[in-house]
Amino acid sequence: MGSNIVEINDLEVSFKIKQGFIDEYIRRKKKIVRAVDKISLNIKKGEIVSLVGESGSGKTTTGRAILQLTSLTGGEILFDGQPIELSNKQYMKRFRERAQMIFQDPYQSLNPRFTVFDIVTEPLILTRKKASLVEKEMLALEALEFAGLKPAIEYLYRYPHELSGGQRQRVSIATCFIMEPDFIVADEPVSMLDASVRADILKLFVKMKNEKNTSFLFITHDLSLAWLISDRVAIMYLGKIMECGPSDIISGGCLHPYSQALTSVIACVGEERRMKRIVLKKETPSPLKIPSGCRFHTRCPVAKPECSKLEPEYREISPGHFVYCHYPQKLQ
Amino acid sequence: MSEKLLEVKDLRTYFTTIKGEIKAVDGVSFYVNRGESLGLVGESGCGKTTTALSITKLLPEEGYINSGQIIFDGKDITHMDERGLNHLRWKEVSMIFQGAMNALNPVQRVCDQIVEPILLHEKVTKKEAMERVKELFDLVEIDANLMYSYPHEFSGGMRQRAIIAMALACNPKLIIGDEPTTALDVMVQAQILDLINDLRRKFHMSMIMITHDLSIITETCDRIAIMYAGKIVEMGSTEEVLLNYLHPYTEKLVNAFPNIYKERKMVDSIPGVPPDLYDPPIGCRFAPRCHKRIDNICDNQEPYLIDYKGNNHYVACHLRRSYNG
Repeated sequence: MGSNIVEINDLEVSFKIKQGFIDEYIRRKKKIVRAVDKISLNIKKGEIVSLVGESGSGKTTTGRAILQLTSLTGGEILFDGQPIELSNKQYMKRFRERAQMIFQDPYQSLNPRFTVFDIVTEPLILTRKKASLVEKEMLALEALEFAGLKPAIEYLYRYPHELSGGQRQRVSIATCFIMEPDFIVADEPVSMLDASVRADILKLFVKMKNEKNTSFLFITHDLSLAWLISDRVAIMYLGKIMECGPSDIISGGCLHPYSQALTSVIACVGEERRMKRIVLKKETPSPLKIPSGCRFHTRCPVAKPECSKLEPEYREISPGHFVYCHYPQKLQ
Repeated sequence: MSEKLLEVKDLRTYFTTIKGEIKAVDGVSFYVNRGESLGLVGESGCGKTTTALSITKLLPEEGYINSGQIIFDGKDITHMDERGLNHLRWKEVSMIFQGAMNALNPVQRVCDQIVEPILLHEKVTKKEAMERVKELFDLVEIDANLMYSYPHEFSGGMRQRAIIAMALACNPKLIIGDEPTTALDVMVQAQILDLINDLRRKFHMSMIMITHDLSIITETCDRIAIMYAGKIVEMGSTEEVLLNYLHPYTEKLVNAFPNIYKERKMVDSIPGVPPDLYDPPIGCRFAPRCHKRIDNICDNQEPYLIDYKGNNHYVACHLRRSYNG
């Protein structure tokens, strides 16, 4: 399909764990963490797709792999219908313009010695090296204005320490916006912010999507936020996508036991809970020792004996709704 | 024995800095009944943690209690000396700190850290104390064989459980939880909240839960106090406050959380930033950001906390000065 901005096919990312001298060179044992294990996902143009999962489930790695910030072990990523040509410098330059990332922690992602102007215009080195100061200033003002820092001129020559968390995150967004990207990976962009400013940042994403047809991969651990802003949602567990479908499935349409457990513990402020809480016992297994068969079977409330032996298929239950489970069912 | 375990009256905690005095907590009054849990909610920097630290007297050097009274179990502990406090902490009031990752000492075994308060407060031998640690580990559902591990061998959830075990070590009457689940994953958070709820019911403990996440309050607290810029703006039973909120700030805050069972609409945000506490606004502190502000009243006069409907639902807002049905 030509309308996909990003297409991931069987993406695999593994990391080698550093070990002691003896294990490494004499016993030649290899310890490998499969952070992302053969996942497939596509993101259409002008679509927000959320990737939800707990820490260590591989969601950030997926985001980084798409942007070629980490090398792939297997599988392929198509950007705008074509494979990414890593060795083609001209292509990569253009790719770096078109695909951007917003990081989680606005307290660490901004250089404290740069002014807002420096930060926002730094990426222009890539595209408009010869732009005059006035031109750059105009672009920066426009970007800051778009990101909701008004009046922009007041913020232009401030340093990050003079800004609040929400304002810093807006600066990161302005930095992204100045490149006019087609695709943005937003890695937990609001998890460090107060609930009161969170909404403004999310609104900006929706605005970018509507006005500029920008696509997003929105990485989050908060299902209710995923439901709120995204068109589709994918739920990850230990490097695999457990369930993927339209984001409406979060309010009661999930079929995988893991996603049902996750959605059942969402508390609604000031309202009786509608679903019975399913609190999973035990801890998530280490990604070093991924359980056999279905990797969720150790914690699954409805696991059957064969779940520990056979790996389930990633099946399409209804159009656009994929589930990785032998027995997709409603638990309540 | 009175019904109230802890009563805080008009507490003012200030910080002295070069620039001047920060009024971090400015006239806060609330109470916690026996066996009850109270949620303290607000944005970062609104004085929730400072309130808790004032109760246990763990304020940093620059902080001091300017005025007010803290009454715990019938005793005034506002100006208690270090000796009295040593008896109070752990035994009567214990605290679960934010960020389990950093609250444990990395070079000491977990059991040694939990045994410490027991040995200090109870007249027991080390062996008996270790038995107690074993019981505590069972209570918080960690395998007792793991008690000899070091903190880095534990996952985030297990560390948080160990911290809870430590807080329970001397059977305190009041537990203060300062964002006990913030850094944890959704499922681990659900596990920990369930655990806290169970233990609280089992031992009939009171709790103050400090958080910025309203959904956690919905799960754990009987009553709730909403703080803004060093003051309580609304207080009452959790249901009453979250469903029939009276203060515009509470309204905004409740609407900042998405509800997955309702129509999908963008959540609210609160424009502007909280006021500078060096020099807070004269009138209502929320007035500059309030969407229901009345000119010449809200920015001139300070509202007082009143029981608006006579059902222990307190609110400090000029819009709610008297009840008119």
